Amino acid sequence: MAAILFSVSRSLWNPRYERFRKSKFTTHYPARTVASSSAAFSKMSAIHQILSTSISSSASAFIGGHTNLKSATKSSNFAVAGKISGVVKCVASAAEKTAYTTKVSRNENMAKLQAGYLFPEIARRRAAHMLKYPDAKVISLGIGDTTEPIPDVITSAMSKRSFALSTFDGYSGYGAEQGEKQLRAAIASTYYGDLGIQEDDIFVSDGAKSDISRLQVLFGSNVTMAVQDPSYPAYVDSSVILGQTGQFQKDVEKFENIEYMRCTPENGFFPDLSTVRRTDIIFFCSPNNPTGYSASREQLTKLVQFAKENGSIIVYDSAYAMYVSDDSPKSIFEIPGAKEVALEVSSFSKYAGFTGVRLGWTAIPKELLYSDGFPVAKDFNRIVCTCFNGASNVAQAGGLACVSAEGIKAMHEVVGFYKENTSIIVDTFNSLGFKVYGGKNAPYVWVHFPGQSSWEVFGEILEKTHVVTTPGSGFGPAGEGFIRVSAFGHRENVLEACRRFKQLYK
Amino acid sequence: ISARELEHIKKYPNAKVISLGIGDTTEPLPDVVASSMANYAHSLSTRTGYRGYGAEQGSKELRKAIAETFYKDMGIKDTEVFVSDGAQCDISRLQLLFGSKMSIAVQDPIFPAYIDSSVIIGQAGDVEKESGSYKNIQYMKCEPENSFFPDLSKTGRTDVIFFCSPNNPTGHAASRQQLEQVVRFAQENGSIIVYDSAYAVYISDESPRSIYEIPGAEKVAIEVSSFSKIAGFTGVRLGWTVVPKELLYSNGFPVINDFNRIVCTCFNGASRIAQAGGLASLSKEGFKAVISLIDYYKENAEILLETFKSMGLRVYGGVNAPYLWVHFPGSNSWDVFGEILEKTHIITVPGSGFGPAGKEFIRVTAFGQRENILEASRRLRSFL
Repeated sequence: MAAILFSVSRSLWNPRYERFRKSKFTTHYPARTVASSSAAFSKMSAIHQILSTSISSSASAFIGGHTNLKSATKSSNFAVAGKISGVVKCVASAAEKTAYTTKVSRNENMAKLQAGYLFPEIARRRAAHMLKYPDAKVISLGIGDTTEPIPDVITSAMSKRSFALSTFDGYSGYGAEQGEKQLRAAIASTYYGDLGIQEDDIFVSDGAKSDISRLQVLFGSNVTMAVQDPSYPAYVDSSVILGQTGQFQKDVEKFENIEYMRCTPENGFFPDLSTVRRTDIIFFCSPNNPTGYSASREQLTKLVQFAKENGSIIVYDSAYAMYVSDDSPKSIFEIPGAKEVALEVSSFSKYAGFTGVRLGWTAIPKELLYSDGFPVAKDFNRIVCTCFNGASNVAQAGGLACVSAEGIKAMHEVVGFYKENTSIIVDTFNSLGFKVYGGKNAPYVWVHFPGQSSWEVFGEILEKTHVVTTPGSGFGPAGEGFIRVSAFGHRENVLEACRRFKQLYK
Repeated sequence: ISARELEHIKKYPNAKVISLGIGDTTEPLPDVVASSMANYAHSLSTRTGYRGYGAEQGSKELRKAIAETFYKDMGIKDTEVFVSDGAQCDISRLQLLFGSKMSIAVQDPIFPAYIDSSVIIGQAGDVEKESGSYKNIQYMKCEPENSFFPDLSKTGRTDVIFFCSPNNPTGHAASRQQLEQVVRFAQENGSIIVYDSAYAVYISDESPRSIYEIPGAEKVAIEVSSFSKIAGFTGVRLGWTVVPKELLYSNGFPVINDFNRIVCTCFNGASRIAQAGGLASLSKEGFKAVISLIDYYKENAEILLETFKSMGLRVYGGVNAPYLWVHFPGSNSWDVFGEILEKTHIITVPGSGFGPAGKEFIRVTAFGQRENILEASRRLRSFL
């Protein structure tokens, strides 16, 4: 089997198990200028710093997470990102201005991040809105959070495993970090049956978000990456944290050193690869969050070719593959040659409602090699064994039930339900004369509000209809002028939300 | 080690191999804990009970329960507790937080995750071929000569100091006085302590169970812990990290803000089912059951401690931790490991796996079923 070597260098460490043996590498990456905001920051008093950063970064630590309404009342500094618009209670005394600090420098990569992670910000806004209108029935079509119960066949497997853990025969301690053998085999055969992906290519995880960061740790700080614009924020944010990027450029709303591949109605939501600069890593999500667009076989073939020509690695996010309605590929490995250029990340979150249960996987073919011929999967295995300790055994028992014959049938029913929701939302916005995208192969509807600020539209919709959506610019500059409406919700809420949209926009 | 175990099983197919190697819990979960998880799982299939994404920092209830159970009167609030899927993951997330430019100090010997994660994130520098030590890492020797507490006057300044107490593998629990020294050392150097208290519940004497028992620690320390060895959750996956709001970077920025951002970006919360189990293990009934399991393992440790003592060996630990650290002066730990395996069919862990200072030691865990512990005891006595 011809192995194609790529120009992606192995990360700057060599994880042979006996001892790390140094391959030639430098221990210092080029110094980056400290963010000017940090310098200004240190001139402020300690308390002012704490207050302004608790607003500009996720305030969850103080407001208590996106599901907790009560604690929002304790802190009176909920606000629009970057601006203080609530009453600020100053608790600093003169003595606290000289609070002890360590001599440890803040990681400058963290300072590059703008505001909090997108979804806790949405949650904050929602919480603030609910305080303002305590009697309003707020409907959430914002954060893509599943709402329908998990099918019995799956939960009973998890209950059974839980009880088993209290028995002598059924108790198990540490599991293999890569996941339970049976589950790995079942995922391989269910999703990659004839695609040549085997049990030992599958790494079970606690979900795609964690996997994305572990992949970034694998790649290290010296790689360049490309993302779709707009895209799920975790790709860009994790890249910043790992030190792969430069500063955020406010004028274009992009991080230096990331290649943003514009996906808009003009190019049918598939990037013009001829205009894309070579990068080591290409993040590609299809069906796409947030646009809902599912790339065709032809398009993915182009993508694989592009990666091959450039010696790049595709990180293919297929978390919504089960929502595909047409004949769009459900896995990158359906494309010939993909095994030498791609790895795939997926999740049970949107298939089985496992958003709170936490289970996903990453598939890395044996053929995927670094420029020196070293298999990427071997290093990923080392990461998984060092930085992780396996997904919860109870969640894995649920996963095994998911991919049983009965479980697959049940998942298709749940997915089908959300797809019906999606149709209702699509029809609503179509009937109101909007240009509507997505919604066919994904549980997201991408609605165009040309010339408008997506945060303003988000705010208006929230204020006037009490429906939470997600502003497109939260996903990247090419998301400006769009609103993402997610189709997860109880049917009656989706119908009610659509009634309210019709009221607002008739 | 598993390679050696397989080899051994092939050689002696009828031998009953007893594993006192990997520190894996063996006793079933208490009923009250398992049934809370089972019930929670079941409720996810109901309309009123279904829950989707949880807060990345963990459920408020569980954060409160952890703060109240382990940090009562220490000024640690629920908002400073971040629930996770275990200490190993937390350590890597902390390394991600700190970045590649940090210098670290670790105890020697120590559980490898601090060093390995440091290498991966790019902090550790080149490795010295003979010793296997990394250039940029400060190794704080812990040996019988210094009663397993490092001589801090010989330790250079680093940004981060990893400190595990009760210690894996030596079993030593630092005294209040010793921890005051560590906190003072961190204050003088402006360092951050990452205190691993995963085995605190095994403490039998007056040793502190949390770094926050030391005044001033909230300004210099992060604490990591886990339900693994408390509740047998090695497979269920649940732990937590405390980041006090008083812990500030040199520019005054609160470390908790950045850690929160990491948790929200690189993680999506611990499994809700695991969290339900965690909550049950901290309930009145649950905690009682969990303590009796811990006592069971502690009794195992006593049995093994007696055994090694009766053999005239120099044995450490076993009193405040589920690990015994047995000294075979002048020997090579892999040879001793091999000899014990060959002659008694017992798997242990060679001390050199934990760092150069472990070269002459063997780690024996006290996790196991009582009859296996007793059988191992018998075999060991006839071994020497």
